[in-house]
Amino acid sequence: MSAVPISWYLLLSAILFGIGAIGALTRRNGIAIFLSVELMLNAANLTLVAYARQLGSHTGQVIVFFVMAVAAAEAAVGLALFIAVFRQRHTIDVNRMNLMRW
Amino acid sequence: METLIFFLFAALAVGSAIVVVTHKSPIYSTLSLVLTLLSMAVLFVLLGAPFLGAVQVLVYAGAIVVLFLFVIMLLNVQKEEAAHVDRGAQLWTAIVGVIAFLGMFWLAFWRTGLRIGGPAPQPLTQEFVALRTVAVELFGTYLLPFEMVGLLLLVAVIGATVAARRPGAPDNSVDDLPVYASGDEPRTDPLRSGPDPRRPSVAEPAYKTKEANV
Repeated sequence: MSAVPISWYLLLSAILFGIGAIGALTRRNGIAIFLSVELMLNAANLTLVAYARQLGSHTGQVIVFFVMAVAAAEAAVGLALFIAVFRQRHTIDVNRMNLMRW
Repeated sequence: METLIFFLFAALAVGSAIVVVTHKSPIYSTLSLVLTLLSMAVLFVLLGAPFLGAVQVLVYAGAIVVLFLFVIMLLNVQKEEAAHVDRGAQLWTAIVGVIAFLGMFWLAFWRTGLRIGGPAPQPLTQEFVALRTVAVELFGTYLLPFEMVGLLLLVAVIGATVAARRPGAPDNSVDDLPVYASGDEPRTDPLRSGPDPRRPSVAEPAYKTKEANV
């Protein structure tokens, strides 16, 4: 049983993070942007777990646990904000949310 | 064998991640995100973190994504409308920015001495994979952050509830519920649907608010 080198996991994590970043920068649907952010969070999680494996420490896994909890909180609050915005403006297209733009 | 599993699920994760960011319909994007999260759970297990793999499936794929689906269906989000700005320029700018960003990542990894296809890590031990060691870390060393995360979730729940309320909606607290005096309850039996002799007239409401009752 040959273990996969940790650098492959880091490469995969970087690719996923890049895909998520492209999505977060180019999508205009607010929920799609949120999905891309979740993708980036997961890529960061993969890096943490990979390093925990490499270093033989559990700290990385505990941090991933916290990241998941924060992601849940972020998703709940963010989606509630989108519901509130949708009530007011009947769209969640971020290009039309220009209330706080200079 | 492990290498085969890794490449299979890595390809699955990357493919479904591309679908997440490219598909026009938010529903398909979300369902594709489920696939990404599940294949990453497999990778977590492969890395000797079965607890995180389980949490990934239960919390991420099970709860957070379902929340996304509920909101998408609640808002009845349609596909993105036709572009009214130059999408090509925006896309290429994003790609160039991300490539520059990943280049910085790569430089950082390179300087720490990591190389693609470097030596494989130590084989997994029973002690590293055991749930007990994770629990000792989580509830011993990181007990205070753990409690603070619980507080954060509580704040998030309250904040989400307040933010999603309809502005100006009546306060649905117990005080506003009608309190029926005994014998005044409206008849609900559908079989006895004649005119209700006790039906309230306009002048005499069938219920009294609690304030009136006091």
